[in-house]
Amino acid sequence: MKFNDDSGFIIRMFHVYKRYASKNALIDINLDISENEFLFITGPTGAGKTTLLKLLYLGEPASEGQILVGGRSLSRISRRQIPFLRRKFGVIFQNYKLIPTKNIFDNIALVAEAVGTKKRLIQKKVKSVLRAVGMEEKLKAFPPGLSGGEQQRVAVARAIAGNPGIILADEPTGSLDAESARIIFDLLKGLHTRGATVIIATHDTELIRRTGGRVVLLEQGRLKMSTIIPKLS
Amino acid sequence: MLRFFKRAIQDILANRFLNTVTIISIALSVLIIGAFALFFINANAVINFWTKGIRIMAYLEPDIPDEKISEIKQKIQRTEGVRDVRFISKEDALELLRIQMKEQASLIDNLNENPLPNAFEIHGRTVIRNWEKFEALAQQIQSLPSVAEVEYGQKWLGKFINIFNLFRLTGYAMSCLFFMATVFFVANTIRLVLYSRHEEIEIMRLVGASESFIKDPFYIQSLIQGSVGGMIGLGVLFIGFKFVIGDWIVDIWGWKLEMNPNFGFPISDFQIRFLSPEICIGILAGSMFVGWVGCHLSLRQFLKL
Ligand SMILES: Nc1ncnc2c1ncn2[C@@H]1O[C@H](COP(=O)(O)OP(=O)(O)O)[C@@H](O)[C@H]1O
Ligand SMILES: [Mg+2]
Repeated sequence: MKFNDDSGFIIRMFHVYKRYASKNALIDINLDISENEFLFITGPTGAGKTTLLKLLYLGEPASEGQILVGGRSLSRISRRQIPFLRRKFGVIFQNYKLIPTKNIFDNIALVAEAVGTKKRLIQKKVKSVLRAVGMEEKLKAFPPGLSGGEQQRVAVARAIAGNPGIILADEPTGSLDAESARIIFDLLKGLHTRGATVIIATHDTELIRRTGGRVVLLEQGRLKMSTIIPKLS
Repeated sequence: MLRFFKRAIQDILANRFLNTVTIISIALSVLIIGAFALFFINANAVINFWTKGIRIMAYLEPDIPDEKISEIKQKIQRTEGVRDVRFISKEDALELLRIQMKEQASLIDNLNENPLPNAFEIHGRTVIRNWEKFEALAQQIQSLPSVAEVEYGQKWLGKFINIFNLFRLTGYAMSCLFFMATVFFVANTIRLVLYSRHEEIEIMRLVGASESFIKDPFYIQSLIQGSVGGMIGLGVLFIGFKFVIGDWIVDIWGWKLEMNPNFGFPISDFQIRFLSPEICIGILAGSMFVGWVGCHLSLRQFLKL
């Protein structure tokens, strides 16, 4: 996916604040993210990682400041255009957010349908993304019948079903065993190789140390540090 | 579109009880409103039938020259609410009388002067809805110069029409009430379905589904509720109608419906009719509209759009 932005940044945040009734979840965040970047957002629980991701796809509006996605200011996006903004993102939610009453096929077909994939192509699309995460055998299963790792993989499959340019992954390896975590992480790496911008929120510093890359550290809603960590060899 | 239809059907099947209740409530409303319509349309026809012959007779003063008569005729013709005017000269009137009296015609022959006045026979437009207007018209004609007297029939009919109009108003009010009650019912069903699926709807939004993608199945669902309820209501009304006018005799024991065309229920030579296809379609469209409005209200409230 191409965006027309002279800056070359796919996402820009200027003095962004997010206030909830009782506290400030994000304070004066300034952050630029380039196209095809592989970026970690890290920090302790409650630092504001999930909130930062939410602001990007307009899961919530920022309280103050400006956010540009593909050169467009989110504060100027109308209600009707919000679905189009969201289709630029493939979000892997922390709690998966799969629809428990629909089977795996329908969960993913929903996204393909919603973004307007032609009916005869939907079947193909769903099967191909499920194959990519190694879940093509579980088409007919329902989310509650799957293990955490399997649900996480389905969540990844759904996130990529709409061919998004940006992948947002919230604690993608959070509650998984080492094996499942590795599969998921390799998937994300693969998407990055194929051109996607990948943003991962995680408090798993071990994961970051193993992989290396650009890391943004949040603490109590403030951006404390942005640095490149070399890959451990 | 077809997918939305499929999703709507799935929703209805998944919430069978709720949908059945809603469809029954729509059917009941259609039944009651349809029964009202049936009654009023037929009563209307009866009154029209009775009032078809109603006319105003305007009797003229004696010794009015012919050109004055045609002037008056034009005046009457131009009066609002007049459909047609016919001049009946006193000679014509006498001739009519002679024919009517037959045996006693010699009585008339014995008259050495025609005692009858010249007259106009005036038919008004649509008496039925506005007895007052009809009376006003008579009054207006009465006030014309050279008109000695006006006469118009059946004052009781005027009273009857007024009472009928009062009934009609009640009918409208009741229909409105049922309309609102049904909208409320549909809105509640949709609201409950929305509530039971709010998580799913939230997820669809987060993955970029457009509002119409989310909402259309609900609209289709409510339109299905409306049309099915409407058809059931009209069907029951039709069956009830057939029983009441006695077209069908039921053999309860054999569960056999028998058509019996000879056993009618005529009022003199007037025939009661069921609602015309146009009105049936109108009622069906109305019940679908009710579904749509109910759905729209709860979607607006629930999705805050
Ligand atoms: N909807 C909300 N209402 C009120 N406070 C919230 C809400 N969402 C998050 N917060 C608060 O904002 C802070 C940041 O939360 P979050 O972004 O989830 O942190 P992280 O993902 O880094 O663990 C926390 O203190 C949290 O309690
Ligand atoms: Mg979080």
